Amino acid sequence: MTTERKIRLTVNGKAYESLVPVRMTLVDFLRGELDLTGTHVGCEHGVCGACTILVDGSAMRSCLMLAVQADGANLMTVEGLAEGPELHPLQRAFQRNHALQCGFCTPGLLMTAYEFLRDTSSPTEEQVREGISGNICRCTGYAPIVQAILDVSQEAG
Amino acid sequence: MVQQYIGASITRKEDERFLTGRATFADDVKLPGMLHAAFVRSPHAHARIVAIDTTAALAIPGVVAIFTYEDIADLAKPIPVRLYPLPSLEPFLQYPLAQDKVRYVGDPVAIVIADSRYVGEDALDVIDVTYEPLPAVVDIEDSLRDETIIHEAPGTNLAAHYVVSTGDIDQAFRDAEYTRKERFKTNRHTGNPLETRGMVVAYDSGELTVWGATKVPHFNREVLSSLLDFPEEKMHFVEGDVGGGFGIRGEFYPEDFLVPFAAMRLGRPVKWMEDRLEHLIAANHSRDVLCDIEIAMKKDGAILGIRAQVYGDMGGYIRTHGSLVPASTAGLLMGPYNVPAYECGVHCVITNKTGVGTFRAPGRYESCFIRERLLDMAAADLGIDPAELRFKNLIQPSQMPYNAGRTRADGDTIFDSGNYPQGLTRALDQIGYAETNPKRWVDEAGRYHGIGIATYVKNTGRGPYEGARIVISGTGDVAVYLGITTMGQGHETTMAQICADSLGVSMDAVTIYHGNTDYIPFGGGTYGSRGTVMGGNAVHLACQNMKERILSLASTYLDTEPANLVLQTGEIFRKGTEQGPALLSLGEIACLAEVPGSNEEGSGTLETTAYFEADQLTFSYGSHAAHVAVDPETGKIEIIHYVVVEDIGRAINPLMVHGQAVGGAAQGIGATLLEELVYDDSGQLLAGSFMDYLLPTSTDVPPIESIVLEEAPSPLNPLGVKGAGEGGIVATGATLANAVSNALAPLGVQITQLPISPNFIAKLLSS
Ligand code: FES
Ligand code: FES
Repeated sequence: MTTERKIRLTVNGKAYESLVPVRMTLVDFLRGELDLTGTHVGCEHGVCGACTILVDGSAMRSCLMLAVQADGANLMTVEGLAEGPELHPLQRAFQRNHALQCGFCTPGLLMTAYEFLRDTSSPTEEQVREGISGNICRCTGYAPIVQAILDVSQEAG
Repeated sequence: MVQQYIGASITRKEDERFLTGRATFADDVKLPGMLHAAFVRSPHAHARIVAIDTTAALAIPGVVAIFTYEDIADLAKPIPVRLYPLPSLEPFLQYPLAQDKVRYVGDPVAIVIADSRYVGEDALDVIDVTYEPLPAVVDIEDSLRDETIIHEAPGTNLAAHYVVSTGDIDQAFRDAEYTRKERFKTNRHTGNPLETRGMVVAYDSGELTVWGATKVPHFNREVLSSLLDFPEEKMHFVEGDVGGGFGIRGEFYPEDFLVPFAAMRLGRPVKWMEDRLEHLIAANHSRDVLCDIEIAMKKDGAILGIRAQVYGDMGGYIRTHGSLVPASTAGLLMGPYNVPAYECGVHCVITNKTGVGTFRAPGRYESCFIRERLLDMAAADLGIDPAELRFKNLIQPSQMPYNAGRTRADGDTIFDSGNYPQGLTRALDQIGYAETNPKRWVDEAGRYHGIGIATYVKNTGRGPYEGARIVISGTGDVAVYLGITTMGQGHETTMAQICADSLGVSMDAVTIYHGNTDYIPFGGGTYGSRGTVMGGNAVHLACQNMKERILSLASTYLDTEPANLVLQTGEIFRKGTEQGPALLSLGEIACLAEVPGSNEEGSGTLETTAYFEADQLTFSYGSHAAHVAVDPETGKIEIIHYVVVEDIGRAINPLMVHGQAVGGAAQGIGATLLEELVYDDSGQLLAGSFMDYLLPTSTDVPPIESIVLEEAPSPLNPLGVKGAGEGGIVATGATLANAVSNALAPLGVQITQLPISPNFIAKLLSS
C-alpha cells in the first residue's frame, strides 16, 4: 500500500539522499529520518506555524508538505540558524527580550522572522505583527517576540 | 551578604537549547525498536458498544497489537481524583478504556500499537466498532432533569452537590435596600499548550521509564503504580522539555495508563504523540460554568450579602480535578470585598462532553467575571461610579489577615496580606480613569468606546510540601534537584537566583535539575502558581541548611566558631574581611566533607534535602483595566489599552514575572473574545480544529501593560513570595465584559455570557 521514492535534498547546507514513503510529511521526515527535531509539530493542519522551515528560501509549513515534494530543494531549519557556537542575532534578541517561555513555538517563529527580516527592511511594529500572525505562541502574548524582531531590524538598520 | 540575584531581571539560563533546536520535547525521544500508539475514539457522544472487530486491522502489516477493555479488564480501575475529591464523585470516574458505553466524542475504545503512527492510523480506519447510539445530553439544565442517565450505577447526572456559607444570608437580604439577580455563563474552552500531550514508555529489565511526564510526576507515578499493580520504586518518570502546561497537561489521563500498559505487555518501547484534533476532544476542557447569583446591598453601595448557585458542566466523567472548577468558582466568588454574608450551592453536572479540568486560574476567571459584571450592573442601578463602588467594599490593609469565612468545602478562605485598594488605584491611574470623562463615548467613525475595570484576588502556592535537594561537588558546582516541574516558567533561572542568594554563591555555579522522580523522593509538582512559593522556598530552606553545614565544616577545619565565618560568592571569609583573602573554596569544603570524622553529621557527599511545608495559601491580588472600542456594524472589538496590575509580594525575576502577566493576559483576552468549544445537540464538537477553534495571534493581542507590585510580601514564607502565574488571566473576562457592556450600554447591551465574539455582539445588537 505504501510506495517509496528516492529523494535528494539539501538541509542546512548538507546533502541527503533518502528513500521515503510517498505519504510521509516533510516534518516527519526531518524529525524522524534526519533527526532534526528542532522543527516542531503543533497542529499538523497548517495553522500554528510551529513547523515552519525555509524551502528554497521561502517560509513553508513542513506539516503541509510531503517529503517527496522537497526532492531537489534546499531547506533551512532552526538548526541551521546559528553559525557554530555563535547565535544568530535573532536568537540573541529572543533571549534578551524573554521572547520564549516554553520554547515550543520558537523554531517556527525564528524561521518566519528570518524570512520576514530578509524581505522587509525597517519594518513597523504593525508590519512585524502582521508578518508573524501565522505563528501561534501560547506563552508570551507576542509582545516580546515583536520587540525582538524590531530590535534586530534596528541593529541591522 | 550583598543580595545580587533575587529581584534582578536576568535573562534565562535555559534559552539556548530552545533557540537552537536542541531541546528535548516528548516527541524528540527516540528509542531503538520503538513502536507507536494510536487510539480508537468514540465518534458518538453517548452510545452503547455492541461489538469491536479488529480482524482487518490486525491483518495490516506493521500492526503489532490492539487492546480493548477486555485486555485490561484484570487491571481496570478508575483513574483517581487528585484535587477537590468528594465521595459522591467516585462512581463517575473514568476508566482507561470504555467498557460497555461511551460518554463523549473522543472516549477511548481501543489502543493500537504499530510500527509507525502512519500504520497505526491505517488500522484506526478499519477497526469496526458497532455502537448503539443513545440520546446525548449536552446542556446543564437538560442533564439535571435526569431523563437520560449517563452513568447507570449512581442513577443521576448530578455527581455532587454541596453548600458553603458564611454569615447570615437571610438577614442580609432582609436588610437589603437593593437587590439584583442575574444568570451568567462562561464559555467552555481550554489551555491548548502548543505541544500536545505525548510520551515514550520503555519497559526494560523490570524497570519502567516514562518520558514526557510533567506537572505532577511523583503523583502520577503513584497512580500508575496502583493501576498497573507495579512497584513505584521501579518506575522512573522523566520530564524533559515541555511545550506549555496551563493546567491541562500532565494530569493523569486514560492514555497515561494505556501506553505504559502496552509497553509492558509487548516488552518494547512505545511512543504516543497526541495530534491536535485528538487533543481538542480528548484532553481536558475547562471553564464551563453556569451561575445564578443575587446580591443584597445598601443604597450607598455597601454589600450585605451574595447568594448563588454554581453549576459546573463536568463532561462525561469526573477527571483528576474532581469538583475543582465549580468549587473554585464558589470559593472566591465574593472576591476581595467585605461580604458579611455569603451562601453558594455547588453542583457538578455530568454531560456527554469531554471531561473538565483546569485552565490557568480555574474557577477564578469564572468567578471574577460573574462578580465583577454584577457589581457594574449594581453600580449603574445605584448611580455610583464602578470604581467608587469597589473602593467602598474592598477589604482594607488594616483587616489583614482577613478570614472570608467558609467558602470552600474543606475550610475557610484566609487572605494573608495585601493592599487591595492600592491594586485598584494603580490600574485606574494607568488607564487614566479619573481624567477620562465620560467613561463611554462614540467616536467619529461610529465606534462605541468604554472603560472597564475589575479587581481580583487569587489563591496561590498550595501545600502541603515541596522539596529540594542540593549537592555540592569537589569542583564547587552546586546542583539543585527540584520536586517541582517546569513547562516554560523558567525555573532553571529563577531557582538558581534563589539558590545563589540564599547560599552565597555565584549563579554560574548553580545548575537546576527538575522533573525526574529519581532526583528526589517526593515532589508536589507545578500547578496553581505554586512553583516559586513552594519550590522556591524549598530551595531557600535547603540552602539555609546547606550553609549551616558548610560553615560548621569550615569552622572545624579552621578551628574557629561558625559565627566568625561568612560564605560569599562561593568562598569562606573571616567575618569583617570579606574583601579577602578567601580561606576556603566551596570545592575544598566538599572534599573536606568526605573526610571521615570531618563533621558530626558524618562524612560523605556535601548534600542536603529539605522540604518546605505550608498549610495556608498565599493570595496574590490586583486589578485589570481596559479601554475598548466596539464597531456596532461588524461587532469587532478593538482593545485600545489593557492594563494588568498584580501584587505578588516579591518578584524573584521581574522580566519573567512580566512575561507571565502579559502571556496570561493574552490567553485570557483570546479566551474571552474568540474561544469556544461549541457542541451541537447531538454532542458533536463543532470546534475540533484550529480552523474552527480560534487562538489569539499576534494581530489579535493588543499591547498589554503589566505593573508588578511588591507592596504586600506574604507573611507565610521566608521569601515573602506569592504565585505569579495567574494574575494576568484571572480578570480578563470580567474586565473586557465590563468595558464592552459599558461601551454598548446606550444600545441596551449587557454581557452576561462569554465569549464576546463579533457574531455574539451582532446578535445582541439585533435583538
Ligand atoms: S504543525 Fe504545521 S502549521 Fe501547525
Ligand atoms: S513560548 Fe510557548 S508557545 Fe511560544
